[in-house]
Amino acid sequence: MSAIAENVQGNAQLDAWLDKKLDELLPTKLEEIDASKTPSMSIIATKGTLDWAYPPFILASTAAALGWDVTVFFTFYGLLLLKKKISADVSPLGNPAMPMKMPFGPQWFQDFEWPMPNLLMAGVPGFEKVATGLMKKTFKNKGVATVEELRSLCLEADVKMVACQMTVDVFGFDADDFIPEVSDYVGAASFLPVAQKSDICLFT
Amino acid sequence: MTVIAEKLDARGMNCPLPILRTRKALNLLESGAILEVITTDPGAVKDMASFCTQTGNRLVSSTEADNSYIFMIEKA
Repeated sequence: MSAIAENVQGNAQLDAWLDKKLDELLPTKLEEIDASKTPSMSIIATKGTLDWAYPPFILASTAAALGWDVTVFFTFYGLLLLKKKISADVSPLGNPAMPMKMPFGPQWFQDFEWPMPNLLMAGVPGFEKVATGLMKKTFKNKGVATVEELRSLCLEADVKMVACQMTVDVFGFDADDFIPEVSDYVGAASFLPVAQKSDICLFT
Repeated sequence: MTVIAEKLDARGMNCPLPILRTRKALNLLESGAILEVITTDPGAVKDMASFCTQTGNRLVSSTEADNSYIFMIEKA
């Protein structure tokens, strides 16, 4: 046999051996890599009403408590959640499934669902303040944290909060309007690579 | 007899506060120490188990008494 033929045969054997070895080792190796990796999550927060303020902060704080790396990208009305003082309200307008219940009085009264059409409620001047007050009271009664509390728990747990520079400009905000913990003012091109590497990416 | 290093009263708190407070309480403990958490949030039963699985802390026991849920967690 020529030296070349011998070499070809040797390579084929080596390849076969490597294939076999890889099949044996790869599953455990991949599992090890998976187990040692810190899970990560990116959230896009786009809404600034009281009801919509909860999902990003609840998920971010809980993920941080699980030891995950979390980044929240605040854009459009979500930016309002980064203001030093959060003044989020809830509106019945455009919220057709919002239940209307009273957080005080006897139990039968609290359980009663007020059959008021949302459109009617939304049209009453000052009703937004009432609805906001009722929701805050209900949440407090049920032991739910305030949005401010959840935000500070997120910051304490090193949740990274970034603001969308474009919407900051569009709405005429100033960096001074926001909490100093905002780690960056960036655009979509900076957020997407972070989202790409995340195990979970959510739009809220 | 398990020696409880720290107790956390999370009664009246709702999701996700019991978990967040548990995380904070565990951070202050030494590895191997036991934290007792008491909650009234029924959702915490499954959440606490999931939290422990995710974080590698050991859920020694999870019991229910008088509308409260008591968890013993050993810090990893």
